[in-house]
Amino acid sequence: MRIPNQIDQSVGDISRLASSTWAIATSTAAATTTTTSTETMAARLPRHLLVFFTFVLGCVGAAAAAYQPGSAEGYTIAGRIKIDAASASASAKGFGLPSKTSNTRVILNGGQRVTFARPDGYFAFHNVPAGTHLIEVSSMGYLFSPVRVDISARNPGHIQAALTETRRVLNELVLEPLREEQYYEIREPFSIMSLLKSPMGLMLGFMVIMVFVMPKMMENIDPEEIKQAQEQMRNSPVPSFSGLLARANS
Amino acid sequence: MAPPRHLLLILLAAASLATLAAAVYEDQVGLADWHQKYIGKVKQAVYHSQKSGRRRVVVLTEENVIASLDLRSGDIFWRHVIEKNDPVDQLGLSLAKYAVTLSMGGSTLRAWNLPDGQMIWETNLQVSKSSKPLLHFLSNSKVAKDNLVLVSAGQWIYAVSSIDGVIAWGKEFSLDGLEIKQVLQSPENDILYVVGIAGSSKLNLYQLNAKTGEVVKHIQESFPGALCGETILGSHNVLVALDETRSGLFLIEFKGESINYNKVHISDLVQDLSGRVKLLPLMSNGIIALQASSTVSLLKLKGIDGLEVIQSFEQPAAVSNALTITEKDEGFAVVRHMGSEIEFIVKFTSDVSNEVIREKINIDQHRGNIQKVFLNNYIRTDKSHGFRALLVLEDHSLLLVQQGNVVWSREDGLASIIDVTTSELPVEKDGVSVANVEHNLFEWLKGHMLKLKGTLMLASADELAAIQALRLKNSEKNKMTRDHNGFRKLLILLTKAGKVIALHTGDGRIIWSNLLPSLRASKSGEMPSALRIYQWQVPHHRVMRENPSILVVGRSGTDSAAPGVLSVLDSYSGEELNSLKFDHSVVQIIPLMLKDSSEQRLHLIVDSHYRAHLYPRSPDAINVFLHEIPNTYFYTVDIEKNVIRGHSLQKSCDLSSDDEYCFSTKELWSIVFPSDAERIAITETRKMNEVVHTQAKIIADQDVMYKYLSKNLVFVATVSPKAASEIGSAAPEEAWLVAYLIDAVTGRILHRVTHHGAQGPVHAVVSENWVVYLYFNLRAHRFEMAVIEIYDQSRADNKDVLKLILGKHNLSAPITSYIRSEVMVKSQSYFFTHSVKTMTVTQTAKGITSKQLLIGTIGDQVLALDKRFVDPRRSVNPTQQEKEEGIIPLTDSLPIIPMSYVTHSLQVEALRGIVAIPSKLESTTLVFTYGVDLFYTRLAPSRTYDSLTDEFSYALLLITIVALVAAIIFTWIWSEKKELNDKWR
Repeated sequence: MRIPNQIDQSVGDISRLASSTWAIATSTAAATTTTTSTETMAARLPRHLLVFFTFVLGCVGAAAAAYQPGSAEGYTIAGRIKIDAASASASAKGFGLPSKTSNTRVILNGGQRVTFARPDGYFAFHNVPAGTHLIEVSSMGYLFSPVRVDISARNPGHIQAALTETRRVLNELVLEPLREEQYYEIREPFSIMSLLKSPMGLMLGFMVIMVFVMPKMMENIDPEEIKQAQEQMRNSPVPSFSGLLARANS
Repeated sequence: MAPPRHLLLILLAAASLATLAAAVYEDQVGLADWHQKYIGKVKQAVYHSQKSGRRRVVVLTEENVIASLDLRSGDIFWRHVIEKNDPVDQLGLSLAKYAVTLSMGGSTLRAWNLPDGQMIWETNLQVSKSSKPLLHFLSNSKVAKDNLVLVSAGQWIYAVSSIDGVIAWGKEFSLDGLEIKQVLQSPENDILYVVGIAGSSKLNLYQLNAKTGEVVKHIQESFPGALCGETILGSHNVLVALDETRSGLFLIEFKGESINYNKVHISDLVQDLSGRVKLLPLMSNGIIALQASSTVSLLKLKGIDGLEVIQSFEQPAAVSNALTITEKDEGFAVVRHMGSEIEFIVKFTSDVSNEVIREKINIDQHRGNIQKVFLNNYIRTDKSHGFRALLVLEDHSLLLVQQGNVVWSREDGLASIIDVTTSELPVEKDGVSVANVEHNLFEWLKGHMLKLKGTLMLASADELAAIQALRLKNSEKNKMTRDHNGFRKLLILLTKAGKVIALHTGDGRIIWSNLLPSLRASKSGEMPSALRIYQWQVPHHRVMRENPSILVVGRSGTDSAAPGVLSVLDSYSGEELNSLKFDHSVVQIIPLMLKDSSEQRLHLIVDSHYRAHLYPRSPDAINVFLHEIPNTYFYTVDIEKNVIRGHSLQKSCDLSSDDEYCFSTKELWSIVFPSDAERIAITETRKMNEVVHTQAKIIADQDVMYKYLSKNLVFVATVSPKAASEIGSAAPEEAWLVAYLIDAVTGRILHRVTHHGAQGPVHAVVSENWVVYLYFNLRAHRFEMAVIEIYDQSRADNKDVLKLILGKHNLSAPITSYIRSEVMVKSQSYFFTHSVKTMTVTQTAKGITSKQLLIGTIGDQVLALDKRFVDPRRSVNPTQQEKEEGIIPLTDSLPIIPMSYVTHSLQVEALRGIVAIPSKLESTTLVFTYGVDLFYTRLAPSRTYDSLTDEFSYALLLITIVALVAAIIFTWIWSEKKELNDKWR
């Protein structure tokens, strides 16, 4: 079996990567979980070592060179998608978006591989070569940040993950949505104010002011001035409004 | 003074930003858009026999979709589109609870929950390469408590628990080159028989313990002749294998310890054999089916002694798998064509000469030949057996037939659209003719009676539905005539099956469909492929007697050197007006901007020898074209050789001098990219029909910049060889992308820019004077969208009004590519969040409306991104003038505004293409998106500034008018009274 080898290697990493505290934590944790789950895992996936880091962090698998000569390098990226139950139910009652995760897809490297999330949110990519990869999550109603995952070929067991949008480094590959997405504009409830604010409402309002407020203002003006103005009006050829209507009527 | 002005500016900026995201309200969904779901051509179907609840069928399609359909209506319960590079090979049901799929050459096994389609588990298996992985369900639950699923591929066999996907055991057979062909289960004990062929003539039989996977026994037998690898199981212990020449059958019997075999020549059994002989997987007891190019024969096994022909059917005919009906009886169906009808025959294997059912079914002639049958039975009320079947036809449609009727049909050819064009609808005639009215008088009366009933609430449910249908038919958006705004059009779609389908943009219903005879598979098994669809004849507004027509170009084979075929269809009826088989191949089709006197558009078809052929072949067309030959240039892209070449046309072909419609070409220029450093990733040009409104752009400081507008601008992006593959394979140091702007007439490189640490996939859009392209930045590990805007520097000093008046400008000078105009380039790049599948730009009738980029994201949604976000002139602190111009402050990434998703809460599964079609209304563009699904909507990139929106409140307008009139009357009376009072005084 090559599992003990693997552990040796990852323990060996600790000394090599002493400068990175995070890497140490990962390697030791991975090593311990490996020892505990060796029997069950070995039975389940013969010759293919899958190291789960508390079922959350994507980790490494050993090379499958024995039966895949073409693609000797094979690592496993495993992780979990977490959509808050609270936010999911909020969106469900809010806008009836399909909040079910059955349509949640996890995409590796822009469509090179696509997998689906299980009901509990877990997903895994197998036989991924070493390198820097990109994981995207597509789920209607949520915006997920793509995740950069580095798998180092030299130090198996050393995996680094970071959100590309916020540049936040992930300790474990738990993907949470950055925000919920609402695809519809919210219709404002009917209100008198919005009616009054519309151009027609403004027109009506102006007219009401003219009809009811203007006479009051006219009353306040000195009657002598009105008389003067009226005389001026009579002299001028401009016809008055009422006169115009009366003429049209006759 | 300053603060209010500041406030005004902020308000302006806010208002302009608000228009960047045009969204719909939830209650507006379906008013202007429609969404249709498809699955594709079914290749495997499994019935889910459930005692209670809805009957369903789980299907696997060639579009890599797994779906659960309602057997009563054909509706989709759930469906999953699996990525193309993860091809699903096998489908099965386990425990009547899960649908199990085997994909990626047998290495991925997934289980889906039947009621809701949720993925329950996924198991990755290490297998060797195999042409055909197998999935086998252990029917006997004695073996293990959890039903085991057997997966075999190449040299590997696995047993996986169907409850949680845990591998119970896995076994690799050490024999080199072994390929497992069959897995059988012994009914008596826990022994599995695994049959494999090693090399081409060594048959191996392994006996395995079903519980542990240990090999109990191994027998090898060499055959005198080679096998072609096609095997089926004749009965529980007889295997039938075709030999290499496909002229003989080996009957192989396993009897405990030994293998016995016998060779039978097919020509002794079936006369008149021609073409490729195939064994059809019938999987029944003692009956096998043999398919040749002209017949399908049913043969009965008589041990290994020989075979007997029961019946032969003329092609086209299809045979279904055997279906267990009772303990010892199996049934199977044969479907064949009888003139315009199809005949559906069900037989039992125990008594093959009798027919249980023989039904004649009428199906649409435009569906072509039958290709697959999936039989299912049900118990009638009188306890007898009834049969129904799913039929897959040549146009990829799926039909359920039962009791001689088609219960439902699905037009699943629409899941594989190749190309799209549009056609205007006929113009509404002024005044309806009398005959037309009388013809429709009864209908008219009936309609009104129905409506009356509806308003009086006397109508039944059926009548209500009829009223609804009538309303829909008469509603404005679904009329079969042209409308003022140009929203109503026909979308003409070319599908992979060679079917042309016209959809109405109002509601997406099918107006006509035609399976083109020239694109149908021939008797010899040659599969033609459809290529492109173009507008052929668009009659001018005044000439309304003629219908517009469309051109479909295809190949008579899948090979690119195969001769082409051409077909012209009427846009309103779908009738084939003309069809032609070329004597040359089709490599490139160039629609020209020219028309002949009958308003047929001229097309140049370039063949593999770089000869150009002119269509239509009419003397008129050649006369028009001869004048334009000196101005006709085209370019070709050779991705394999990494070369772009420019060509011009020369008169007459050098080969056949009598063919005056053939032109030889001359290579004018070529750009050879060094293969060790650059590989062509994408080439993109402007759309032929794009309209540009202004040639100049007035920038904030009252300066004028002239756009470099050339129809010959080609954008080419090359990537380094290491960066040509997928993300994750190249390091930033060895990956780069070079973007070129090339003039296609002269081959001059106008601009060249290198992005280090960038790689594909590259997507690009060229419009007006700008290019937007998207690539992956390996250093930041994010997608990046770069923009290049090109301005004509040689016209930059034409700013002076005096100069313009005095004519000292070069605006009137003829524009030619041979003038080496100075260009100025502005560029900028921004981060983009998602992976992109496809990208295009909106198009409007006059080009006044601002543009939006339509981006098909990896989540199968379409995002509308305003072009202003990808402006190269965005700066961190825009000046006041720039703000007024609408320049958005610089950000490093482009915003994803959820409300600007054109597809709102819908997904266009397996998105492949987005088409923007201008409408007559300047503000509006029509967007059609296709993949496995179809989605259509209207889009107004700068809001509908030239028409009232749908939510305009006419009631409020009416109320205002009434109130105004009332007020006028009131004030009039009032003033009259006052005047009278004044006079009395």
